[in-house]
Amino acid sequence: MDMRFVPIADHALLIEFDAPASDTVTQAVASLDLALGNAQIDGLIETVPAIVNLLVSFDPLRTDHDKITAAAKTCLSERSNVTRNSTQHSVGICYDPAFATDLAAVAAATGLSEDAVINAHLGGEYSVLMYGFAPGYAYLRGVPEALQVPRKPAAVRDVPAGSVVIAGPQCLITTLTMPTGWSVIGRSPAQVLRDDPDKPFLFDTADTVRFTRMSRDEFHAQSATPR
Amino acid sequence: MTRATLHVRFAGPLVTVQDNGRTGHLRYGVPASGPMDRLAMAAANIALGNAPGATTVEISMGGAVLECGEGPLTVAIAGGGFSVDHAGAMLAPWTVTTLRPGQKLNIRPGSWGSWAYLAVAGTIQCNQWLVSSATHSQSGFGGGALHTGARLEISDAETRDAREGDIAQPDFAVPTGRCHVTLGPQDHHFKEGATDLFFACPYTLTDAYDRMGVRLDGPALPLDEALSIPSEPIVRGSVQVSGDGVPTVLLADHQTTGGYPKIATVVSCDLNAVAQMRSRDTLRFVQVTPRQAIDMARDYAAKVKTYLSDISAARGNLMQRLMSENLISGVVYDDPKRSDV
Repeated sequence: MDMRFVPIADHALLIEFDAPASDTVTQAVASLDLALGNAQIDGLIETVPAIVNLLVSFDPLRTDHDKITAAAKTCLSERSNVTRNSTQHSVGICYDPAFATDLAAVAAATGLSEDAVINAHLGGEYSVLMYGFAPGYAYLRGVPEALQVPRKPAAVRDVPAGSVVIAGPQCLITTLTMPTGWSVIGRSPAQVLRDDPDKPFLFDTADTVRFTRMSRDEFHAQSATPR
Repeated sequence: MTRATLHVRFAGPLVTVQDNGRTGHLRYGVPASGPMDRLAMAAANIALGNAPGATTVEISMGGAVLECGEGPLTVAIAGGGFSVDHAGAMLAPWTVTTLRPGQKLNIRPGSWGSWAYLAVAGTIQCNQWLVSSATHSQSGFGGGALHTGARLEISDAETRDAREGDIAQPDFAVPTGRCHVTLGPQDHHFKEGATDLFFACPYTLTDAYDRMGVRLDGPALPLDEALSIPSEPIVRGSVQVSGDGVPTVLLADHQTTGGYPKIATVVSCDLNAVAQMRSRDTLRFVQVTPRQAIDMARDYAAKVKTYLSDISAARGNLMQRLMSENLISGVVYDDPKRSDV
C-alpha cells in the first residue's frame, strides 16, 4: 500500500494509506497504531486511528514532522511482528417500540418486516472501526446489506443516550443525549463510557461486537445495575 | 483547612470550569477541552502563585457576577480586556484582588476579547472526568457549566496579599487579525482556485461561535465534485469546510473526526489570540510551511516562558511594596522581627 505523510500545523502528522476503506486497511491502521504506541517515540503525545489513516499528535518543542515521519516508517517496516488482541463483546439491545422509534420506517425502507429487521441486525457481526464525533461514539461496521439505510435528511433532536442507531454499513450506541440523523432501532444498557479510570471506554478499535436481544424488563434490570 | 464559597449571582451561557485539559483520549472521541485561551488561563494562575494549569472558571462574553460567601479569598482575573468591577471599584482587566465576605465581583465583556479566566487561591471543588476538571461543553462532563444560583466551594482558601495588583498583559495576547496556517491536510479535495481564494480574501467571524468552533463568513470554497472522504481525525485549529463551502475553525471542544475536508490548520500558537476575537471581527489566513510553524511554536513557547516567569514573583505585602517604591523610607521603624513573606 502506498503511504502519504501529511504534516498538520506544528503539532501533528496524518499518516494515510492510499486505498479505499476495507478490512485490510483497517487492520493496517490498527497495527501501525499499536506499533507507534509501543515504540516510545520522543515527543509523541497520542495517536488517533481512523478509517484509512491515523493521526499522530506531538509536542513541537521536543520533535518535528520529519522525526515523527521517520519513526512511523520504522514502525511500518516492523509492524508485521505486531498483533493486537481484539476482544469480543456481547451487547444487549431492546427493540421495544418505545425505544425503537425508527424500526417501522427502516422496515418500510428496506421492504422487510420489523421482525426481519431485528433478526438481520442481530445477525450482523460488527467490528469497532473507530471512535469519532463525540465521547464514546464507537463506529461499528457490519450492518447487513439488506438493512442499510441512508441518513435522514435532517437530524432529530434529543435522541436519548444508549440509543442504537444505524446508517449505511455503520451502527453505534449513543452515549449522550444528542441530535442524530441516523435511524434509531433500539436501546442498549451497555455503558460505553465507564466509571473506571483504568478502562474508561468499553471498546477498543478492532474489537468485535454482537448484539443479543433483551426484553424491556431485562433492559430495565440491567440499566439499574451499574457495571 | 480554610474554606471559601463563591455564589454565582449571574452567569451567562458558556461559563464553565476549566483546567488545562485532558490529553490521550482523542481516540475515544474526547477532545482536550481546557481553556479557549491557554495563555490567559496560565497568566491568571501564575500571577496568583498557582500551577499554570490549575482549575479556573472560564468566563464567556455572557459575563458573570460572583459573590463571596465565606471568605476572604484572593483571586486573579486575566484574558481579553474584560470589565472587572470588585465591590463597586473598577479594576484593570488583568488583576489580582482579594474578595471579602459579601463582596461582589462583576466580570463583563470590555474593550476586547471573548474569554476571561478567574483563578482562585485555593482549590475549586468540582467533578473530574478522565483525570481533569475541564468541561466538555456538549456533554457537561468535567467540572461543568456554572449557572445562575450555583455555588462554588474552594478548599484550602487563602488570602495572598503579596500577589495583589495588576498583571502585566503581554502584547502577543491581543488578536492581530492575521492567523497563520499550514495547508491541508485535505486541500486536494477542493476545486482549483479555492486555496487562492482562502488566502486572498478576509473572512468574518459569525455568531455561530462556541467552544466547539467558530463558523466564518466569506467567499465560499468550492469542494471537489467527487467528494466522498471517509471520516478523518480533526485537531484543534482544523479549518473544516462543509458542503456549502463555508469554513469553520474548530476549537477547544472540537469533534474528534469529521467527513468534511480540512483546507488548512491553524498553527497552535495563534489559537489563543484567534479565540479572543469576536463575532464580526475580520480574519486573514497567512500560509506558512510546517517547518515555519514549528519554529513559530518554539519562539512563542520561549516568549510565554519569559512572560510567565516575569509575572510569577510575588510583589510583597503592602509594607514591602511601599518600601520598594521608596515612598515611606525613613518613616517606618526598623523592626528585625518582621519577617512576613
